[in-house]
Amino acid sequence: MTTKALARGALGLLAAGAVLTAGAAIGSDDGTRIHWGPYKVGDKRSGYTYAGAQTRAMQDDDFQNPAFLWLERGADIWETAAGEAGKACADCHGEAEEALAGVATRYPIHDEARGKLMNIEQRINWCREEQMGAAPFKWESEDLLGITAFVKNQSKGMPVAVSIDGPARPFWEQGKAFYEQRRGQLDMACTHCHVDHAGTMIRAETLSQGQVNGFPTYRLKWQTLGSLHRRFRGCNKNIRAEPYAYGSDEYVNLELYTTWRSNGLPIETPSVRK
Amino acid sequence: MAKIRPRVKAPKKAAMGEIIEIKTLINHAMESGQRKDSGGNTIPRQIINRFVVTLNGREVFSTDLFPSVSANPYVAFFLKAEESGDLTFTWHDDDGSVYEDTKSIEVA
Repeated sequence: MTTKALARGALGLLAAGAVLTAGAAIGSDDGTRIHWGPYKVGDKRSGYTYAGAQTRAMQDDDFQNPAFLWLERGADIWETAAGEAGKACADCHGEAEEALAGVATRYPIHDEARGKLMNIEQRINWCREEQMGAAPFKWESEDLLGITAFVKNQSKGMPVAVSIDGPARPFWEQGKAFYEQRRGQLDMACTHCHVDHAGTMIRAETLSQGQVNGFPTYRLKWQTLGSLHRRFRGCNKNIRAEPYAYGSDEYVNLELYTTWRSNGLPIETPSVRK
Repeated sequence: MAKIRPRVKAPKKAAMGEIIEIKTLINHAMESGQRKDSGGNTIPRQIINRFVVTLNGREVFSTDLFPSVSANPYVAFFLKAEESGDLTFTWHDDDGSVYEDTKSIEVA
């Protein structure tokens, strides 16, 4: 064997080694300590690290992940003209990959004109109403879920980085107060499960930290893609509290607080969860 | 979802005798017929009950699906590549609709 061939062989081995380590990094369910790679940042653990191996496999394979059916719909909406202005998202924003990279990491943002917060769903509907002259999408409709997931997916892998400085601060404080406020017949606050008891069992389920970096998420229980506000409503119903409306100020403030908790974790949209 | 979109992932080329994996996914509610709406009325069953794959008209894979299969059924299977041609995928709905997708494969 010549030196060149040897070097090539060694390189090949190295490459194979690297692939193996990357493969073994996530998801060894043999009882040993799992290294979660990008899904664990400091003490923050993505919901991915609480999911079972099969659920994680669904998320890892873009083809097997059913949420991509919604993303295709979102991609169509991006390109399709609608409303009186006869414009599509792409007519103003251009190529989604360029225009939207990193955008989702900053939402919800403070909107000066409305004097309150604005999340991505509201931003999309604002664009439709103000810029396109089109009817807003209904909350939790296939269209709104599709375009929201499509927009957030363009920032996949980038760390969540919402700002709570300046005008957003009071809304963050309201969100924090909501998070820590006992409510419902069970008289529980978000913190009781997702801060004090994250990682322990609630009946047969493991409580996660309630990180929101993967929304909209394909939940196997829902058998569809669902928004963060749907998850909020589900949680509120679980503790027998009256849920707030989709897109309500209470939930958008809570969205800022929970998203701030997820700062640093990579955006996983669309994630797959149990 | 209103519009049914089948997705198929199959290699465009394969070596003779190679074992290839084919993955399929279709959006469908797979309504089991066991659920009731808010008025207490049974929601009628509507599922994809059969999935058939043919290569140049000859059946190479088929399966029956039942009400316990989740929404958006994902079916993956392996095929031994022995001839070039068109793979046709058909999903049969309870309401009589047929959803179809085609992929050509070149076996060398």
